[in-house]
Amino acid sequence: MSSPAALPKVSAPSQPGAPGMQSYDALCAYLKKSSGLVLDRDKRYLVDSRLLPIVQREKLSGLPELVNILEKGSSPSLAKEVVQAMTINETYFFRDKLPFDALRDGIIPRIIKAKGNDKTLRIWCAASSTGQEPYSIAMTLAEMKAKLAGWRIEIIGTDLAQHAIEKARAGTYSQFEVQRGLPTPFLLRYFTQSGDVWQISDAIRQQVSFRNFNLLSDFAPLGKFDVVFCRNVLIYFNAPGKKDILQRMLKQLNPEGFVVLGAAEGLVGIDIDLAPDPEVRPFLTRPQNIAKTPR
Amino acid sequence: MKQALIVDDSRLTRKLVRRIMTRLEFEVSEAEDGSAALKHCQTHTPDVILLDWNMPEMDGLEFLIHLRKLPRGGEPKVVFCTTENQRERIESALSAGADEYVMKPFDEEIIKTKLEQVGFAL
Repeated sequence: MSSPAALPKVSAPSQPGAPGMQSYDALCAYLKKSSGLVLDRDKRYLVDSRLLPIVQREKLSGLPELVNILEKGSSPSLAKEVVQAMTINETYFFRDKLPFDALRDGIIPRIIKAKGNDKTLRIWCAASSTGQEPYSIAMTLAEMKAKLAGWRIEIIGTDLAQHAIEKARAGTYSQFEVQRGLPTPFLLRYFTQSGDVWQISDAIRQQVSFRNFNLLSDFAPLGKFDVVFCRNVLIYFNAPGKKDILQRMLKQLNPEGFVVLGAAEGLVGIDIDLAPDPEVRPFLTRPQNIAKTPR
Repeated sequence: MKQALIVDDSRLTRKLVRRIMTRLEFEVSEAEDGSAALKHCQTHTPDVILLDWNMPEMDGLEFLIHLRKLPRGGEPKVVFCTTENQRERIESALSAGADEYVMKPFDEEIIKTKLEQVGFAL
């Protein structure tokens, strides 16, 4: 998830405080020195969405002034906040691992059994950020090629942030990014290398489409899904907002479909027709599916 | 406690990796090149070896080939940690029996994830 649908957009190139490349480079140098965090030039968009709110709150003139304060070391609390802002919510391949294992070992076999002759599989990543999650799903399915022979597979990634969508579509990742969560055999199997940049293979990229999409808008145009990945995005909504999104999501879910939330997210306090299925933890499904699932 | 062997000719890198591995609750030994590491492995069987590629005396790949021929040399998980980032290098490391491959620079999260991927519960 790169930026929450419920928060106002803060980045506009002409906005006061928007970072110039020189300030961005100085910030990168500071982050590398202070925390080991390596930011590539293509991560510049993170500064807009994450640091401009701090710049505005602290009533600073812009990023150069913030960098100046960091370099002087005069505000450890601000420095900590900046590092955290630049690291939280970073997505990575096979994040949390468990949902991808459950997809391979439980969800797909059940969908294959349930759908019979209707060999279509549609998966929605509701906060696809820079593409690591939908591509991880596509790689998981590619590993099950024999079982899914003859199936029409469609994976749709949506995100509010256009810059994240563009990066996802490009499917190019830095050396640092491909090491975060991606097993090396998968790197060799599904990526090509050009210097320090790794490009996801066409075979995987063609299975995934990306759309700029706001979770507050109508889901019907997206169609129906067998599986929805809605991870680490509901945390940005209050309880009624979460319920509204999940209810509308449920309408797009096929009768025997599954939803997965983020590792730290749950349904506590949300009255919704979804329950954890112990056989395919951490996925949720309609309660009647849990009872009638053939064992 | 799980045993880790760090093989790297850079004292600084060994220190950095030692810090990470200690935090991940490994007991750590160090070797500064492949031949010292091989000597260590003749009498010890670490659970994991974090291995640099370019070192004097014996490089990482050569060490790995020798290691896998030792009586218990198939047991340690071997994770390369190196600046060598060419696809061909990565392929040859895995072919020689490496379990995972980390390209420098890395952080604790990367090391932890790679160790989990080769079977450690951390």
